[in-house]
Amino acid sequence: MNLTLKIWRQQNAKASGAFVTYQVQGVTPDMSFLEMLDLLNENLQAKAEPPVAFEHDCREGICGACGFLINGVAHGGRRGTTVCQLSMRFFKDGDSVTLEPWRARAFPVLRDLAVDRSPFDRIIQAGGFITAPTGGAPEANNILVPKDSAETAFDAAACIGCGACVAACPNAAAMLFTAAKVTHLNSLPQGQPQRDRRTLSMVAAMTNEIFGSCTNHGECEAVCPKKIPIEFIGKMNRDLIHATLHHRGD
Amino acid sequence: MLESKIPSGPIEKKWEKARFDFKLVNPANRRKHSVIIVGSGLAGAAAAASLAQQGYRVDCFCFQDSPRRAHSIAAQGGINAAKNYRNDGDSIFRLFYDTVKGGDFRAREGNVYRLAQLSVNIIDQCVAQGVPFAREYGGLLDTRSFGGVQVSRTFYARGQTGQQLLLGAYQALEEQEAAGSVKMHSRSEMLDLVLVNGKARGIITRNLVTGAIDSYAADVVVLATGGYGNVFYLSTNAKGSNATAIWRAHRRGALFGNPCFTQIHPTCIPVSSEHQSKLTLMSESLRNDGRVWVPKKQGDTRPPSQIPEDERDYYLERRYPSFGNLVPRDVASRAAKEVCDELRGVGPGGQGVYLDFADAIRRMGEAQVREKYGNLFDMYEEITGENAYKVPMRIYPAVHYTMGGLWVDYNLMSTIPGLFVAGEANFSDHGANRLGASALMQGLADGYFILPYSLPNYIASSPLEKVDTSHPAFAATKEEVSRRVATMVNVRGKRSVDSFHKELGKMMWENCGMARSEQGLKSNLEKIPALREEFWKNVNIVGTGEELNQSLEKAGRVADFLELGELMCLDALQRRESCGGHFRVESQTPEGEALRDDEHFSYVSAWEWKGEGGQWELHKEPLTFEYVHLAQRSYK
Ligand SMILES: Cc1cc2nc3c(=O)[nH]c(=O)nc-3n(C[C@H](O)[C@H](O)[C@H](O)COP(=O)(O)OP(=O)(O)OC[C@H]3O[C@@H](n4cnc5c(N)ncnc54)[C@H](O)[C@@H]3O)c2cc1C
Ligand code: FES
Repeated sequence: MNLTLKIWRQQNAKASGAFVTYQVQGVTPDMSFLEMLDLLNENLQAKAEPPVAFEHDCREGICGACGFLINGVAHGGRRGTTVCQLSMRFFKDGDSVTLEPWRARAFPVLRDLAVDRSPFDRIIQAGGFITAPTGGAPEANNILVPKDSAETAFDAAACIGCGACVAACPNAAAMLFTAAKVTHLNSLPQGQPQRDRRTLSMVAAMTNEIFGSCTNHGECEAVCPKKIPIEFIGKMNRDLIHATLHHRGD
Repeated sequence: MLESKIPSGPIEKKWEKARFDFKLVNPANRRKHSVIIVGSGLAGAAAAASLAQQGYRVDCFCFQDSPRRAHSIAAQGGINAAKNYRNDGDSIFRLFYDTVKGGDFRAREGNVYRLAQLSVNIIDQCVAQGVPFAREYGGLLDTRSFGGVQVSRTFYARGQTGQQLLLGAYQALEEQEAAGSVKMHSRSEMLDLVLVNGKARGIITRNLVTGAIDSYAADVVVLATGGYGNVFYLSTNAKGSNATAIWRAHRRGALFGNPCFTQIHPTCIPVSSEHQSKLTLMSESLRNDGRVWVPKKQGDTRPPSQIPEDERDYYLERRYPSFGNLVPRDVASRAAKEVCDELRGVGPGGQGVYLDFADAIRRMGEAQVREKYGNLFDMYEEITGENAYKVPMRIYPAVHYTMGGLWVDYNLMSTIPGLFVAGEANFSDHGANRLGASALMQGLADGYFILPYSLPNYIASSPLEKVDTSHPAFAATKEEVSRRVATMVNVRGKRSVDSFHKELGKMMWENCGMARSEQGLKSNLEKIPALREEFWKNVNIVGTGEELNQSLEKAGRVADFLELGELMCLDALQRRESCGGHFRVESQTPEGEALRDDEHFSYVSAWEWKGEGGQWELHKEPLTFEYVHLAQRSYK
């Protein structure tokens, strides 16, 4: 099949960008979306034009490197799918497809479809961990974890840090990302000692980065490739109230 | 030259003895010492966090935008540990025994025993960090069994064990970064190693956003940069996985151990077209309940549902009645290749075999199969458009892991003083074939529990003069790196980087993949240098070195693969025996199984770089077996 692609081209963080239209021919349904872009890039390079920069690594939906907007929707809108997992089976001959980078003040564009997501690392630094220096751990089965808690923790820990939630949010908030990590660690017995501090400082770090604030649109849940449920935001807010009351006057 | 430094004494006391003999660094002095760690996967992140906790100043590097994206994140199935929680006869000795045997007797007993000992500490450590392992209803840890063994010792977190273990290590790393003990350098690719007076004292990197070439100095350098399966172009590895760091170190004097030992994983989704950019692994755990078969008849094109039971060949169950579908990877992969070579393969091009869940669904119901493997079935459907609850999956072997890597001694130090190598990047522990769920174990053992002892010992026992990046060695190496980058960019030829990579990959797959012959290897040894020469004359990289340039990044990696590929073939050629994943067609039993030749090849091959143009010298580290008796492996 043949496709028309409108792609955001921007040489670097300082340059101004614009959409450029390309035609790609010979796309087959068994290609992945990124393989279709590989094909475009081979063609561009053959004409000595710079290939489109986009991030990717695992190409199987787990590293969180890939991600951009396809026709305005993060990862293209197939439920539970990252861009790299998106198959060209879902497109048809003659389709016109628009590709642009995550749009969020906290994620400046580096080049074309690649953005800087380092604020996520800084939110984790603020408290997204359980302090357990190497060597001091007790025998693993001395810590009993109820199956439900383990399951909730896992559901939250499945976050791949791709940034789709931020890109989809009308306010560019990072609530779902932060809530996922808070929920993962706060659901486990091992996470209890640092629970309040973790919640307070991760929320504070999120606010310090230039993310917007959550007004319950729910767009984040809809685009999350790992189907992280929005109820985790409610959970985090409850933990936050608890922690705030507890630590008043600290 | 090759001193393995394995401590004397009984095997279960060796590591204890080593730790006692190690010199310690006074806590007050640790801040004065700096460590460079290249790589933030399980091995790198675990080492960086642990050494920073001890008080060393750590600089950690990765090429991705965040350390959390290291390729370890993709591991699915699980991690082994000799906890014996199942009361099924497991023990440290059994894990040790299984690993030495699984590796077809080409690993060091001392190393493997230590790995088995440390396995139990790893689970403790990860649980304390909050890794959400699967649990039983009573709250205890759950386990499952994996290929090549008969006990249930694999701990897992759904189908995303690597992700969860890596996030545990990453979070520990981020905690240390917040504390100021680690400085993380993301989007930085190491392009060379700097030696001062014969010791590793720093690295040269390229900033992948600005293109700046930077120098970093330290007392010790650790490479934890993962495996080099991408030599084959198509593999289960992430697209960015590369050999550059270890290859540059090799060229600076680090010996390369067993380069030809490659693992081909039996359960991957078959190649669908020329445009394919990578291969997707279907976790080996599927072999616990899926049955592998092909039609008995050649060229049988009937849909699987119309092939009656008695016209199916469940060839693994037939050939290996005691292990059946759970034989080790090398055995399962080779068997799949054989049936496809007999023209009994299924799917497009006949390059596939069925992995059938019909019996499992009948036995335990679709709901339970879904609970166990749902995410894998979904993934399979996303990629192939087929519903594996209704039709059998099609699978085929794919390059997955490299047992070879930089040669290291028992302390994980390479032949360059001060250069340590951890995780998949080193050659240790797995011999000629790695058992499932053992790479995560090894990476974390290296990072959490071995380097934090052996590296301080080096610091405490070596005279380390003060060196910073103003030392002339840095300027000289940096100059070489800059020149190489500029030369590559300025070729301005006609062929894309990928086209070179694909051509190399094809040659490697055909002649240095699942079956290797003298003739095939010799043909590769002629063709690879020619391809390399063409690369430097005709590669096309658009843009400059002073910007974010992904073609340039790829080109640097492919240039190194074009050298490493040659060494792999050379190594495969000299090893005229079959062992583990290395199958020389000239060396097989009458039943077609791999035939080892212990009399002549019971050694680690360690290659020394002797200059451009395919010059290497082979050194041999003899292997002796005191605890596990050398025997022809049998899974019958
Ligand atoms: C799909 C898949 C599934 C797997 N499943 C399992 C499993 O279930 N169980 C199991 O035990 N094993 C499994 N493995 C194997 C296992 O995941 C790997 O062997 C292991 O994670 C490697 O860890 P590592 O720390 O050595 O390297 P990696 O995780 O590969 O990390 C390498 C690091 O080095 C950095 N790096 C590389 N080159 C450079 C450079 N030049 N400059 C700067 N930084 C660099 C990268 O950025 C990265 O941070 C699987 C592998 C694959 C491919
Ligand atoms: S490339 Fe890893 S999630 Fe898409």
